[in-house]
Amino acid sequence: MTMTPAARAVEVWKVYGTGEAQVQALRGVSAEFERGKYTAIMGPSGSGKSTLMHCLAGLDTVNAGTVYIGETQVTGLGDAGLTKLRREKVGFIFQQFNLLPTLTAAENITLPLAIAGRQPDKAWYDTVILTVGLGDRLHHRPSELSGGQQQRVACARALVSRPEVIFADEPTGNLDSRSGTDVLNFLRDSVRQHGQTIVMVTHDPNAASYADRVVFLADGEIVDEILSPTADSVLDRMKKLDRNA
Amino acid sequence: MLRATLKSLLARKLRLILSGLAVLLGVMFVSGSFVLTDSLGRSFDNMFANSLSGTDVIVTADPAINVSEMEGEPVPGMLTSADLAAVRETTGVAQAIGDVQADGARVIGANGKVVATFGPPRFGGNWTGEVGGRELREGVAPSAANEIVVNAALAKKAGIKVGDQVGVLTTQPKQTFKLVGIFGYEGRLDSRGPVTEVLFTEPVAQKLMLGKEGKFTSISVTTAGGSDPVAVRDALKTKLGKGYVVQTGSEAAAAIASGFKEALDVFNKILLGFAGVALFVGIFLILNTFSIIVAQRTKELALSRALGASRGQMIGSVLVEAVVIGLIASVLGLAAGYGVGALLSQLFASFSEVQLAGVGLPLAAVISAFAVGLIVTIIAAIMPAIRASRVPPVAALQEVATPDRPLTKLTVSGAIITAIGSGLIAFGIAENVWLMFAGVLTAFIGVALLSAFLARPAVSVLGRVFSWSVPGKLGRLNSGRNPRRTAITAAALMVGIALVTGVNTIVTSAEKSLRGSVAEEFHAELIVSGQGSPGLQPTFDGTLLPRMKQVPGVTAVSAEYGDQAMIDGKPGWVSVNTDFPAAVKMFSLSPVAGSLAQPGPDEVIVDDDSGHHLSDVISVQHANGLQKTYTVTGVYKQGEIYGGMVFGSGAIEGMRQQLPSMAFVDLSDNANEAAARKSLEALLVDSPEMLVQNADEYLDAQSAETAQFLLMIQVLLGLAILIAVLGVVNTLALSVLERTRELGLLRAIGLGRMATMRMITVEAMVITVFGAALGLAVGVGLGTAVVRGLADEGLKEVVLPWEQMGIYLVLGAVVGVIAAILPAIRAARTNVLAAISYE
Ligand SMILES: Nc1ncnc2c1ncn2[C@@H]1O[C@H](COP(=O)(O)OP(=O)(O)OP(=O)(O)O)[C@@H](O)[C@H]1O
Ligand SMILES: [Mg+2]
Repeated sequence: MTMTPAARAVEVWKVYGTGEAQVQALRGVSAEFERGKYTAIMGPSGSGKSTLMHCLAGLDTVNAGTVYIGETQVTGLGDAGLTKLRREKVGFIFQQFNLLPTLTAAENITLPLAIAGRQPDKAWYDTVILTVGLGDRLHHRPSELSGGQQQRVACARALVSRPEVIFADEPTGNLDSRSGTDVLNFLRDSVRQHGQTIVMVTHDPNAASYADRVVFLADGEIVDEILSPTADSVLDRMKKLDRNA
Repeated sequence: MLRATLKSLLARKLRLILSGLAVLLGVMFVSGSFVLTDSLGRSFDNMFANSLSGTDVIVTADPAINVSEMEGEPVPGMLTSADLAAVRETTGVAQAIGDVQADGARVIGANGKVVATFGPPRFGGNWTGEVGGRELREGVAPSAANEIVVNAALAKKAGIKVGDQVGVLTTQPKQTFKLVGIFGYEGRLDSRGPVTEVLFTEPVAQKLMLGKEGKFTSISVTTAGGSDPVAVRDALKTKLGKGYVVQTGSEAAAAIASGFKEALDVFNKILLGFAGVALFVGIFLILNTFSIIVAQRTKELALSRALGASRGQMIGSVLVEAVVIGLIASVLGLAAGYGVGALLSQLFASFSEVQLAGVGLPLAAVISAFAVGLIVTIIAAIMPAIRASRVPPVAALQEVATPDRPLTKLTVSGAIITAIGSGLIAFGIAENVWLMFAGVLTAFIGVALLSAFLARPAVSVLGRVFSWSVPGKLGRLNSGRNPRRTAITAAALMVGIALVTGVNTIVTSAEKSLRGSVAEEFHAELIVSGQGSPGLQPTFDGTLLPRMKQVPGVTAVSAEYGDQAMIDGKPGWVSVNTDFPAAVKMFSLSPVAGSLAQPGPDEVIVDDDSGHHLSDVISVQHANGLQKTYTVTGVYKQGEIYGGMVFGSGAIEGMRQQLPSMAFVDLSDNANEAAARKSLEALLVDSPEMLVQNADEYLDAQSAETAQFLLMIQVLLGLAILIAVLGVVNTLALSVLERTRELGLLRAIGLGRMATMRMITVEAMVITVFGAALGLAVGVGLGTAVVRGLADEGLKEVVLPWEQMGIYLVLGAVVGVIAAILPAIRAARTNVLAAISYE
């Protein structure tokens, strides 16, 4: 028996608006995201990257097609089902505003577990905390942390509940290159060392080069993919896409 | 600038509606009270316009004792047959009729109970024919001493018809009359308002109502054809001289109607009380809303400053918003006030049998609506407006919109204002009630300012209760985020709860003191007293006293007679005790000087607080005109429940009702209380107003009256709470709006809908419980201050109404839950996607 992929989209269509203003954001996208792999989604602005990610994560509904997270069919789930899915199977890292300002970094990290009423696995928690490398700043509020530190806390929060898959939408989009590198290393380590599955949307070829695989979207369709990408190979492919667009 | 202002107004509809609602409620009560007074006032005018039809001039006498409304019931002045003769002799007088009319003719209905009114007089008088708008509807006029007629509404209420034998209580014990006729009033009225009338033949009316034959309360004059009433009035004035009041018929009708309008004052004051509370609490709400709006718009405001807007323009733009809200709220409040006024007029009219003259919109209602609505809104908006003008242009470029300003200034000014308020209260208790009210209001404002400082520790303590769950903890943290906002929202609730807790503390303390004193000092078993009814006190037949004493088991009966009087020229109360030595024992009174034996007819015993000394001679102007002097023969130490001047039996003949109104009955130790009570009740069968109760029952009946008062205060609180809820909804709705992103994030990482709602609910509850707790503390403070201030009046200790306080605290929590409903639903509906991509 082959292992089911961590996330899977089958012929997914997503249409915004009606009539003249209609936008087909996704046009029959099918993709699989293997367990323990780091996948980057790239494409020109407006190509449907965020939309695909939102549909995969159950944050948005689809017009046609099916989405699975592990064994669970996401499409068709109600609010309670989606809430359960988010608690147990999915982790998120957004571009910004990832943390609650009223809680300390440590509290933010354990928040998903607290919400789900679960105890953190002590060994795993320690591992995650160690990897975040915040040291004594762990008990500070987000407003007292740098943008890079905040994003690392967000990563740790996504990791701590060991979801089947972590979705990250331009997690380094707001960071300088050094902080960005820290975050990207963190994400790659969690895949390499702990077998985490990550799907990351990015514009940055350098960021994409940390992934195991890059999927290219254009006009709501998957147009290409590269395995074991480098910054140069990604940039190359991007240029080609832009020319076609 | 104006256009920009109006645009931003529209963008914040919901919040403005909520704060406008508070103004609206206040305006509604203010204008409603004007509408009510106006429509009822005109109704009274109509009703009495014809009561003096046919009467050109009316003569009355100055009353023997003149008391203001605060000091007692008005006492009618007396005219004599000689006065009537003098009037008849005056030129221009064609006809003069002597009228008898006095309060206190109580008809015993078919059910054996006295027909009650809720306050308006139950007149007894003489039938003078079909004059003054009276019209005989059925039967005949009374012509024999045992015949009466009554007005149609009274006959209906009492369930009596022509030919019935009817018991009537007057200044004399019950007498039975034959009902020979029923009359109504011009305009097909069955009654003039709630007033009832029993009419006898002239001598009987004089004897029963005024205590003596040959007396009248007024003389109605018809002028000879062609004579000018004003000229006749002036002629009568000169003829009669001092001590008489002579008015033309229309002057007198207006005076009667205005007397009834005064009775309306109570309603007016209640409504204005509602309005005051609504507006006071509303100011907090509006202030909060504008502060929030200004805080949210800091960037926008800073940008306009950077683009060259002046500080004046900034203040102006906020004030324009205030004016617009104030205007809209005033218009709507006026409309609602008209509705409330009309509704209350209808209710009042049907309740008191007044024929409504139609509901109008008096100019006063319109003016006050706009004045109140605008002024209150502008006052509330001024501080935020000034703050808006202080936004530095550079704020437009800064990331953090509202830095957390230190609370020091607020706290210091809050402490100072609270201190000033407390000072005013302390001073006002002894000196001036209004000063005390001003102190209470000032203290409220002071505590409201202080509460920002208290909010953080209080919220963190309160929040522990809820912190067992993650949503609870998040909610608690949220309510601690902006102490100013939490504080001012809670302050609105604080005001209502503080008021009711304060009043409750006073009432509970007073009751406890009274009960304590009674247990300590009252050693008799039974109390005979009348059910509290307004007007003249209910009484019973004094000739029963010897028989009451003979009831098996009864060892002593100490009965009291009482009436108003002028004592040494000042309004006071004269009472006579039939067995003072027994009362001395029953109330554990101890002598200070002289003897406490039964005073002789012209003697008086006083308490040590009266300012009189042994052998002083006290002159008394009695209510029925009698003037006498009494010598002090004894001084006793005033007890907690018994005090005052106890006159000898000679004072009874000066009273309007020469009957006892109360009796204390002592039983022997082995007596059968139930049997004695039965026998006493049997003796008192002709006095259906009298009750035989033991001390506990008597106190319970008294408490029931204070309970009603408390209920009214609680209704006031209900209104304040309603407005406070609006404030909480407002604050929460805003928090939810401001934190859309956070809510989206929380939902994205697995917070369920119910949990989201729970989080918002906890946030609300922390605010409202904080407000309630603050209110309890302030209320206890206020109550304690008043109780201490009244220590001289027999309030010995401060007793806290724990049970009620518990209820108010729970109420605070419940209010939080209710206020949270809408914002919580809104939060739970947060679309995760929209929230995270929200700019
Ligand atoms: N809520 C919406 N309503 C209407 N159209 C939308 C909505 N969200 C996205 N779209 C459209 O769908 C298409 C795909 O949008 P999407 O946000 O997925 O692009 P993207 O690849 O993430 O772009 P970017 O790199 O700029 O983030 C775009 O044309 C966009 O305008
Ligand atoms: Mg995007």
